[in-house]
Amino acid sequence: MHAYESEFREPLINGMDKNYTKITDDLIAPVERNSTMWWIATLLTGAGSLFFVFCLGWTVWFGIGTWGLNKTVGWAWDITNFVWWIGIGHAGTLISAILLLFRQRYRTGINRAAEAMTIFAVICAGMFPIFHMGRVWDAGFIFPLPNTRGPLWVNFNSPLLWDVFAISTYFSVSLLFWYSGLMPDFGTIRDRAKGKWRKYIYNLLSFGWQGNARQWQRFESLSLVLAGLSTPLVLSVHTIVSFDFATSVIPGWHTTIFPPYFVAGAIFSGFAMVETLMLISRKLFNLEDYITINHIESMNKIIVLTGSIVGIAYLTELFIAWYSGFLYEQFAFYNRILGKYLWAYYIMMGCNVISPQFYWFKKLRRNLWVTFILSIFVNIGMWFERFVIIVTSLADDYLPSSWAYFSPTWVDIGIYTGSMSVFLFLFLLFSRFFPSLAIAEVKAIFRISSEVAKAERAKKEGATHGGFVGMQTVGPLDKDSKGN
Amino acid sequence: MSATTATPNKFVIGLWDHEEVYLHAIEHIRAKGIQIYDSLTPFPVHGLEDALGYKETRLHTAGFFFGATGTTLALSFMTWVMTTNYPINFGGKPYWPVPSFIPITFELTVLFAAWGMTLTYLVRNKLWPGRVPRIYDKRTTDDRFALVFDAEALSEADITSIKDVCKKEGAVEVKDKVFEAGE
Repeated sequence: MHAYESEFREPLINGMDKNYTKITDDLIAPVERNSTMWWIATLLTGAGSLFFVFCLGWTVWFGIGTWGLNKTVGWAWDITNFVWWIGIGHAGTLISAILLLFRQRYRTGINRAAEAMTIFAVICAGMFPIFHMGRVWDAGFIFPLPNTRGPLWVNFNSPLLWDVFAISTYFSVSLLFWYSGLMPDFGTIRDRAKGKWRKYIYNLLSFGWQGNARQWQRFESLSLVLAGLSTPLVLSVHTIVSFDFATSVIPGWHTTIFPPYFVAGAIFSGFAMVETLMLISRKLFNLEDYITINHIESMNKIIVLTGSIVGIAYLTELFIAWYSGFLYEQFAFYNRILGKYLWAYYIMMGCNVISPQFYWFKKLRRNLWVTFILSIFVNIGMWFERFVIIVTSLADDYLPSSWAYFSPTWVDIGIYTGSMSVFLFLFLLFSRFFPSLAIAEVKAIFRISSEVAKAERAKKEGATHGGFVGMQTVGPLDKDSKGN
Repeated sequence: MSATTATPNKFVIGLWDHEEVYLHAIEHIRAKGIQIYDSLTPFPVHGLEDALGYKETRLHTAGFFFGATGTTLALSFMTWVMTTNYPINFGGKPYWPVPSFIPITFELTVLFAAWGMTLTYLVRNKLWPGRVPRIYDKRTTDDRFALVFDAEALSEADITSIKDVCKKEGAVEVKDKVFEAGE
């Protein structure tokens, strides 16, 4: 009846004390207790979010001139931040959709929080192009709305418009995916709630979830189809973001390699952000048994894969610039590696190409401190990647008299750091009031991939062919599966 | 769920704590010809709908049609705008540039399929904000697998025999539950 799983696979739920009751207790605990740390963090990031709003207000009041943009560099931190945030938002859907289709069970430990990050990251991302429009009150006209000027429609040939459709679709479909998964877990919280109001609110949030067989049957059908839809969606979103650059005629942007290169980079940075936050929350919320070293190692494998794809893309770009024989393309890349922004280029190379290579070593893949530090390196590196692509390609254009250098103003810095506060603020609210692990899904793998289930099966079959008993291995594969 | 008759208020509930025992119990109980009113579990149990004899859901078929609606709408709207309503000459390029319709058509297909399916899912599952469901047992969202039997029309003897069968099939608890009408 249960899906087959090799006994040699490491369990995804550790601890011999686990059963369904314990899982519910453990996973809901963060939602049911009050913590001073949480209040401090929330107030700090809340203040940061207010500063974000203030900087945006400043931008709207005085205009885009308050940013560091100049006549030559018309896109800089704003679009860098936009692409960076969108990239971070890619891990959630990748984990929940692609890993679901590939039946990677380790997704259940991290999908809920990663999906939440997707939603919050896309909110942050969306702010940058919207406020870059200047007359933000007219932002609605990025959609094909009937108007009195003809009607004059939007340009369906423009990748910027495709982006509008891609990102709004991505946001709303991710929201559906996330929320449909949350309903059963809200039901669980409701049924444990003590107070009348708490019960009322969580019932409201659960949409009156009951958990009968019909509901679950449709639930599974819905999540499978949403996963099937989101898989090409997530790939399309960053492809279309890369079209913003690739379909232009700017040397350094006009490259056919951009779509796969951007998608790999997005997954790379998204997983890094998931790791950064999950390493903190598993510690704070005592979720070490559910987000195990095994989960972290699996994520690190994806990071080394996507990081290497990104590295190959960087080198391919360089090679093609030289091989094309096209002077302007060569000049753009000469500027990247030896021009006035060379420091940014080498930060990018170091963080994105060199640092993930440490993960070829199992010891380092399974080391929490290494993972935490490298995940931050990757996020820094991926920000610089976008900065390098955008700013270095623009700063030295065709006309030497207009060559310029971009320096951010306090408004640029305020909006960027403010957006990080908004992201963390929303994530803190989420982790306090919403179950940050998919409770029902973790229970669904309990009989397959938990330490308890593996020990039961090993006992039943005898220790003749090895397998996990507790955290110790017995049998012939002892040597390979020890490191912990 | 039997939707044809008026909603019953009197139930017998059996609770299990292991899904494998629960699934076997369902098979045996159904083989005895006992009607199961509802079945509640804390997570989707594989093989449950087969054990209960449910037909496959047609939700994904609905999703396909919603998606096809999105495709058609996107293509026909962009065609109408670019060729009929407000044709613009972009540097001599075609008025009907099909390749550049692909991204938006794809996005709208996904958007319509996802929203259409989710809304259908909510309607079919009777889920909406503010709905107050009948809670047969609070632990069915925690660690218990429940079978609910409609006891409205059953005699005392039948009820007792259902309870005995449940216990024999490994139920850890068997109980009666009566709701107020309209609750």
